[in-house]
Amino acid sequence: MSYVVKFLRFWYSFIVGDDWRIAAGVVIALGFTALLTDRGVAAWWVMPAAVMAILFGSLRRAIR
Amino acid sequence: MTQDLFLFLSAFLASLVEMVEALTIVLAVGVTRGWRSTALGVAAATAALALVIAALGPAISALPFSVLRLVVGGLLLVFGLQWLRKAILRGSGYLALHDEAAAYETERDDARRGAGPGRDGTDWYSFTVAFKGVFLEGLEVAFIVITFGSAREHGIALAAAAAATALVVVAVAGAVARAPLSRVPENTLKFVVGLLLTTFGTFWAAEGVQVDWPGEDGALPAILAVLAIASFVAVRVLRRRRAAAATPSRAAEATA
Repeated sequence: MSYVVKFLRFWYSFIVGDDWRIAAGVVIALGFTALLTDRGVAAWWVMPAAVMAILFGSLRRAIR
Repeated sequence: MTQDLFLFLSAFLASLVEMVEALTIVLAVGVTRGWRSTALGVAAATAALALVIAALGPAISALPFSVLRLVVGGLLLVFGLQWLRKAILRGSGYLALHDEAAAYETERDDARRGAGPGRDGTDWYSFTVAFKGVFLEGLEVAFIVITFGSAREHGIALAAAAAATALVVVAVAGAVARAPLSRVPENTLKFVVGLLLTTFGTFWAAEGVQVDWPGEDGALPAILAVLAIASFVAVRVLRRRRAAAATPSRAAEATA
């Protein structure tokens, strides 16, 4: 395996880790928040709520 | 002030956890195979890390501030949620606890089986293992320092100071103990770091998409409190669920 692939794998497992859905969920939640703030909605509650949903969803999948 | 305090504490604890892991590897190799080549490996890894930080730091700092907060916040949030998830699964018994003493013994066994020194007297096994351990764990520390630091004015200096403090603490403890720091409550630390990373990540990533937090910096302790309560509840619920799942199988064993 080339060093570049190994290096990329290291960073993938370091940041994304065992559950890629966490990263995907964060990106979607940020996109939704951006959409709301762009329309003038006070969207501060979206990220904390999304973080809870993402965390509990990942835990549920892990213990199945 | 709140952000500075949180930033220092987060960078210090996260660096401490990574450095304890690096120390375990270095001690195992050094004690088993000698210190000369191990120390060379540590020095080479430190120099390589300094190069990476020197190249990466200014490149990241050159990004516009709002983009930086979004990217850094998003990365910290993903990273923090991974730590928190693992810490909750460990705390509830669904994952085995990380055991620094066991990791030390494994490293020592591997070191005993490794190839002997080369003709020039350099023990390349010790050099490589020490280099790899320090460089990889150090990259994680560098990532934490740069991401934490770059989302705040003078933040890199503060995060670097926190990492340097952690380095001194771990180096002194390692020199005194000459044994793996198994008494460091690593899993508890990872839980706390996971909570702090997730809190910061949520705060900064939302600011990066132009969210105005009610109470501004005051939102940080509020997010942390909500996350901490939810995580502790999750540990308790999962622990009970695991115990309930184990009870019928024990009852079946008893009647068999």
